[in-house]
Amino acid sequence: MFSFALTILLDGLSYGMVLFLISVGLTITMGLMRVVNLAHGSFAMIGGYVAGYLTQHGMNFFLAVGAAVIVSGLLGAVVETTVYRPLYRKGELAQVLLTIGLVFVATAGVTEVFGAFPYNVKMPEYLTQPVDIGFRTYPAYRLFLIAVGAVVAAVLWYVIDGSILGARLRAAVDNARMARAVGMNVNVLFTGTFVVGCGLAGLGGAIGAGVMAMEPSYALKYLRLFLIVVIVGGEGSFKGSLVAALALGVIDTLGKYFFSQAASYLLYAAVFALLLWRPQGLLPAKSAA
Amino acid sequence: MSAPMALSVRGLSKNFGAISVAKSIDVDLEAGARVGLIGPNGAGKTTFVNLLTGFIRPDAGEISLGGERIEGLKAEERVRRGLARTHQINTLLTEENARDNVAIAIAEREKFAWRMMRCKPQWRQCLEEAQARLEAIGAGAIGDRRVSLLPYGQQRLLEIAIGLALKPRVLLLDEPAAGIPSSETHLIHEALDRLPADIAILIIEHDMDVIFRFAKEIIVLFQGAVLMRGAPADIAADPQVRAVYLGRTVV
Amino acid sequence: MSAPTPKPTSPLGEMTGPGRFSLVGHALPWLVIAAFYFLVDDYLGLGTQVMIWVLFALSLDLALGYAGIVTLGHAAFYGLGAYAAGIFSIHVSQDPILGHFFAIGVTALFGLLSGALILHTTGVTFLMLTLVIVSIMFEIGNQARGLTGGDDGLQGIRLDPIFGVFDFDLWGHTAYIYTAVVLFIWFVIAWRLVHSPFGRSLDGIRQNARRMRAIGTPVWWRLLAIYTISAAMAGSAGALSAHATKFVGLSVLSLLTSGVVTVMLILGGTRRLYGAFIGAAIYYIVQEWTAQISPYFWEFVVGIMLIATVLFLDGGLMELGDRGARLLGGRRRAGGGE
Repeated sequence: MFSFALTILLDGLSYGMVLFLISVGLTITMGLMRVVNLAHGSFAMIGGYVAGYLTQHGMNFFLAVGAAVIVSGLLGAVVETTVYRPLYRKGELAQVLLTIGLVFVATAGVTEVFGAFPYNVKMPEYLTQPVDIGFRTYPAYRLFLIAVGAVVAAVLWYVIDGSILGARLRAAVDNARMARAVGMNVNVLFTGTFVVGCGLAGLGGAIGAGVMAMEPSYALKYLRLFLIVVIVGGEGSFKGSLVAALALGVIDTLGKYFFSQAASYLLYAAVFALLLWRPQGLLPAKSAA
Repeated sequence: MSAPMALSVRGLSKNFGAISVAKSIDVDLEAGARVGLIGPNGAGKTTFVNLLTGFIRPDAGEISLGGERIEGLKAEERVRRGLARTHQINTLLTEENARDNVAIAIAEREKFAWRMMRCKPQWRQCLEEAQARLEAIGAGAIGDRRVSLLPYGQQRLLEIAIGLALKPRVLLLDEPAAGIPSSETHLIHEALDRLPADIAILIIEHDMDVIFRFAKEIIVLFQGAVLMRGAPADIAADPQVRAVYLGRTVV
Repeated sequence: MSAPTPKPTSPLGEMTGPGRFSLVGHALPWLVIAAFYFLVDDYLGLGTQVMIWVLFALSLDLALGYAGIVTLGHAAFYGLGAYAAGIFSIHVSQDPILGHFFAIGVTALFGLLSGALILHTTGVTFLMLTLVIVSIMFEIGNQARGLTGGDDGLQGIRLDPIFGVFDFDLWGHTAYIYTAVVLFIWFVIAWRLVHSPFGRSLDGIRQNARRMRAIGTPVWWRLLAIYTISAAMAGSAGALSAHATKFVGLSVLSLLTSGVVTVMLILGGTRRLYGAFIGAAIYYIVQEWTAQISPYFWEFVVGIMLIATVLFLDGGLMELGDRGARLLGGRRRAGGGE
């Protein structure tokens, strides 16, 4: 019984870590720039496909993941400076439409290049094998996901809570106009944050492909999960997104074990109720109500 | 008992956390009153207006409009009972022309605004009244102009015209002259002089010229409480008020 | 652009707001619909589909265009309408008119209840709530196989002739005319609605909800009213689709359906009503044309169109037409430049 519970917990945590890696960039950019960004999953998808292509052509897994991060980040830089900038001044509707448009373009592009079928990221041997964790064997891959997620979370935590850069970031999330007024170069901050967010999404997409399989509909299919993490955690709240992603991972896994039929709508119903109860999310980043 | 006050406020209080922004405020306005509300920055003037109009909920206190208690009502319900306001910052419908802005308010007042099928005669009625109201305030020429293209002073006039179009019992003017270039202030002065005599008016303004020209009585608000109430001349001469405006706390 | 000089408009400018339209402009789309019936007999099915999407986009225009309710959840109403009409015909009665009214009633009720729950929120929270509602509906549609057929779709819809006379023929003549008539009725309702005082107040709420509260508008109630009407209309479109194809696929409840209808509306132009016509038609033409090049190319083109519309063309294709007309004739729409 104990080992079963622990298995579910580990499954849920590893899944949650992937959600966290992908969503953390989204939560910070949405909190910082006030943009409804529905295209974020596309960057994870592109990262996954890049890693998949490179590993299938013989490249080392870790190098391929590194390349995926770089490609996603660079693409983020291009998109932020060209199409997102004009968006900051426009309304929600424009933001929704344009970012949905980006999703369509990315989906079509990926289908055109890689085909409509699920696309495999080749993992190295030692990740695909189970390892002994004391009371049972468990897939090394899942442990790897948890480890990467934990490391990234720790680094982000240190940067956001401990560094001057993080202090600026928090100040800008709290009040962008004030930040601008005291002479912060908000444009650079925006682009930088966006690039890092997209790079992390690429990382999550690439290493998480064993949990959330790469396919052209990826960006749209998992969009609501990423958004749930952001909204439930509280826009702009890094800690909130970590808590929300892990909770979502565990709850979703639990649901699949115990109520396979009703799992998804139980989850959605819970999110629905939570949003009505606390529209600002669980751990809102804004100081003022 | 005499006729009920147009507006009567008793013990109105509000705290934001540990900060008390309204401390048991009592204010009465009789029909046709012209009262100015002044006070240094942060005295709680805007909070007071928001409490009156229902955009903020008070912690305690009573508000009566013509004898009817309204402190439990929503902002829009208070408006429908005759408590209108203008805004410090423009909140006009910028895509419409000036006349439509007024007409939409009239449609709301006349309860036409729930009519879902086109009803030309009523709408025309609204437009005609809107035009008349603009003319009454000296802004008849702007009826056809899109609000976003109007000069600022004209927009402020339009705010007042909309407030009047609601046929209020009490009208709160929140800094009607704020941000207007001095070349246009005469427009506001004239508009204020032409306000209907039977409406009780509470005007909040930084520009002392406007206040002393217009108000028959002045209330001084300081740190969320009424410091003093009196005739303009007495207020101007009062050492306490002077001290407050010079930034010294009075013991 | 210089400020327009004040000028006296037609008798007190009865309609200076959105949608001032000439008689020719009014007649044109309906003439096209009529001409299509007589001239392009082979593609009546396609024509019916386009009209259904026009109606769906029209319903979204009321909520999103006029009242400014930014939603991604309209597929829930469309899909619910389709399933309601389909299930009604299988289990209750095969009368199409009765089924249609049933579907409208069900979606209106659903719009009323869901709107009452979520319309006090705004922005991203509201958007998310609509998204979650669609997701829940999709899951229900997927898992209540006994009722909906799950991902195989709802099959076995049979219909009696309309009014006992007009049979739903294999070539889609009846479906085409039936759809055109329903579309026309809804269009007249929508047209009158947006030009009524109620419609003007919605337009005001979209521009500045705080201002409207300050003139005594019960904002929440107004939004709830238009949300319910819009839901009923979307449900009606769904019912038409179930009746015309005698099939309901699970994809009617997908997020993509919400996306597609929004694309159509934005392409054509919001707050113009006829924008829905142009948008849906263009969307279909582009889809047909690009699908010949590659099955996924249309998605790419639609994405590019969306991005371009947002960045360069705020009012959609109808705005482009207006600009063209202005360039050619040097005329301007009454009420000043947009």
